[in-house]
Amino acid sequence: MEMEQVAKEYTLSVLTEDKPGLLNRLTIIFSRRKININSLNVSSTEVQGVSRYTLVVTETKEHLEKVVKQIRKLVDVLGAFVYDEDQIFYQEIALYKVSVSAFEQNGMIEKLVRNNGARIIALDKHHIIIEKTGTKVETHELYSELEPFGILEFVRSGRVAISKSKRKTEAFIKELESSRSNKLSIKDF
Amino acid sequence: MEALVEIEEEKKVITGSEAVLKSLLKENVDTIFGYPGGAIMPVYDALYKYEDELTHVLTRHEQGAVHAAQGYARSSGKVGVCLATSGPGATNLITGIADAQIDSTPLVCITGQVASHLLGSDAFQETDIIGISMPVTKWNFQVTSAEEIPYAISRAFYIASSGRPGPVLIDITKNAQQELMDFAYSPCEKIRSYQPYPDVDRDKIIEASKLINRAKKPLVLVGQGVALSGAEKEFKAFVEKAGLPVASTLLGLSVLSVNHPLYVGFTGMHGNYGPNLKTNECDLLVAIGMRFDDRVTGDVETYAKQAKVIHIELDPAEIDKNVKSDVAINADAKQTLQLLTPLVEVRNHQGWLKEFQDCDVTENEKVKSKALFPIEGELKMPEVIHRISEITDGKSIVVTDVGQHQMVASRYYQFNQEKSNITSGGLGTMGFCLPAAVGAKLGAPQRQVIGIIGDGGFQMTVQELGTIMQYNIDIKILILNNNFLGMVRQWQELFFERRYSFTEMANPDFVALAKSYNISAQRVSEREDLDLAIQNWLSNNGPSLLEVVVEKEENVFPMVPAGSSVSNVRLE
Ligand SMILES: Cc1ncc(C[n+]2csc(CCOP(=O)(O)OP(=O)(O)O)c2C)c(N)n1
Repeated sequence: MEMEQVAKEYTLSVLTEDKPGLLNRLTIIFSRRKININSLNVSSTEVQGVSRYTLVVTETKEHLEKVVKQIRKLVDVLGAFVYDEDQIFYQEIALYKVSVSAFEQNGMIEKLVRNNGARIIALDKHHIIIEKTGTKVETHELYSELEPFGILEFVRSGRVAISKSKRKTEAFIKELESSRSNKLSIKDF
Repeated sequence: MEALVEIEEEKKVITGSEAVLKSLLKENVDTIFGYPGGAIMPVYDALYKYEDELTHVLTRHEQGAVHAAQGYARSSGKVGVCLATSGPGATNLITGIADAQIDSTPLVCITGQVASHLLGSDAFQETDIIGISMPVTKWNFQVTSAEEIPYAISRAFYIASSGRPGPVLIDITKNAQQELMDFAYSPCEKIRSYQPYPDVDRDKIIEASKLINRAKKPLVLVGQGVALSGAEKEFKAFVEKAGLPVASTLLGLSVLSVNHPLYVGFTGMHGNYGPNLKTNECDLLVAIGMRFDDRVTGDVETYAKQAKVIHIELDPAEIDKNVKSDVAINADAKQTLQLLTPLVEVRNHQGWLKEFQDCDVTENEKVKSKALFPIEGELKMPEVIHRISEITDGKSIVVTDVGQHQMVASRYYQFNQEKSNITSGGLGTMGFCLPAAVGAKLGAPQRQVIGIIGDGGFQMTVQELGTIMQYNIDIKILILNNNFLGMVRQWQELFFERRYSFTEMANPDFVALAKSYNISAQRVSEREDLDLAIQNWLSNNGPSLLEVVVEKEENVFPMVPAGSSVSNVRLE
């Protein structure tokens, strides 16, 4: 099978105007093709009024390229980029709730927290909350290790990613602003 | 009172409703189609005093309004505008919006909405039309205060008409229509997140010219993109210089005259034999302003595999979507052709053209001679279209509905003038024709407009006879009556062992029906009466309807069965 046709995890980064309804326009492009979105994060960027959507999907490259073209077509989308795992730095954050009694048993949990580069962010009479930032594999690893002690609640965020490319958001947007492709200029030729 | 009006004029303080109309006027709109209701009443009230500047056509259903706006847009080249109320009024637009989206028709649809404080409360006639229309619009926007109106409408027109055109929807809450605002309008000329006209890549133009100059068996596929770009002349100059045979998609019909020596026919499921067969024999396919729809390609896995493909297309998402191209030029057709033509060498592919002519001989023998010149039996659709085509010299605007009559009209009307073909291609919307013909006539009043409809599709939007009557819209309506949902019956015959499951129709007296709307009407069923009936029908002053009773179980051939290779085009 050609590489293009093997489904893989890809990270999509979509720069948009900060407009209501856009999330919906974006997700229907996926739902219409019955593509599952593994994770989704929306955040502001260093440029005011510009949002970044980070999506993780498992798809073939060939299919995904077509989907990305549809995303770029959305009027309020500034740009959309597809990344392989090795083209980005990325993190996810996970929170784990365990009971104080488990925590106090034998110091094992504290050791796990230390060894995994996690930290305890809250502690009350009944529970402690552990936070771990990392890749999905890493947060999952801690999950497996904590599981025998009883995880009362677990949540993991969508991926946030920054590309390794040199492109700057602001310069990218400046380029769009100065582009003359807003009009057809037949006479130019 | 007078003084007050003057002051208001000076300060340009007007209601949101008036701002809607003033904005439309700023966009040079003169005709709109619509249907009133509670949530859009303030706009209708404002329309009352704009009657001299804006012609409003009251259709009989919102689907009629949107299809009429589509017909208007397609015949005039302008943006079609329609107006509807909230809830059911808005949802009734959806079929036409989806149709416009897939056929790239520029539309601005304006809907009323409940007052903004009621949004999300399931108020009377509230529906989430922004959510519902999202997948089928190029852009949509909800206006909740009057100030946003000029912004929304200027963007709407820019987006609808630029790049690959399409429908947009503006939903305006009732309070926004009623509020007062300071009116100022500036047309939208740029949106940084929207780049409708990509730069032409000159290297690609050179590459394309090399492929064209080298080709021994080139074939051009022309689509609606050429008409939308207004590039008919450039297209003709291009193919004439390089001597390229031209096949047309359904929506590309009428870009090049059927009588042009390089025109080799209509391609796709019910297209001509030659273009379908030769697609899999050519060495170069030059696709311009078309999107390789499955009705064109049949099975893509076996489609033009032997050929190099040049794809000239404005919408980047269409490039490599269905058929992979060797050279893709993502740009406007006119712009591209202006650059490409000087680079192509003068050629004359006579031998290759002759192969198409040979295919025509086969098609004539097996299909056309019987279809166009039958000597006995009931009237057939093709001979009717053929006679109309001869009598009108191929110069009318032909609006078709969906079904066998559509394919027959597309095959046999000898389009001899640009911008003459209006049909629902991508969505295949039955009921499109009658209202679209109304709009087409208003968009091109100087031209003769003929609507060709099946007995099934006619009854889907038959209520628009009322609109035709009220405004005395001078269109000529042809019903090809086979008392069947003919195209579905054809599939049942060919692929479902003749199980005619719910496709036979008991029909009303169409002539009497038309007459009840004061529309002159006649029925013909005999071959010897056909010509005279057509003459009478076409020469009638004002709207007229001709019902032709045709053979019930006629099939349209050639046919590429769905999902089959174009090489397997069947002649019988
Ligand atoms: C709104 C809609 N419903 C159903 C269909 C499916 N359909 C395609 S062609 C056809 C039959 C059309 O019959 P008629 O209008 O009598 O035209 P004919 O094929 O007989 O010329 C049908 C039902 C459609 N295209 N559009």
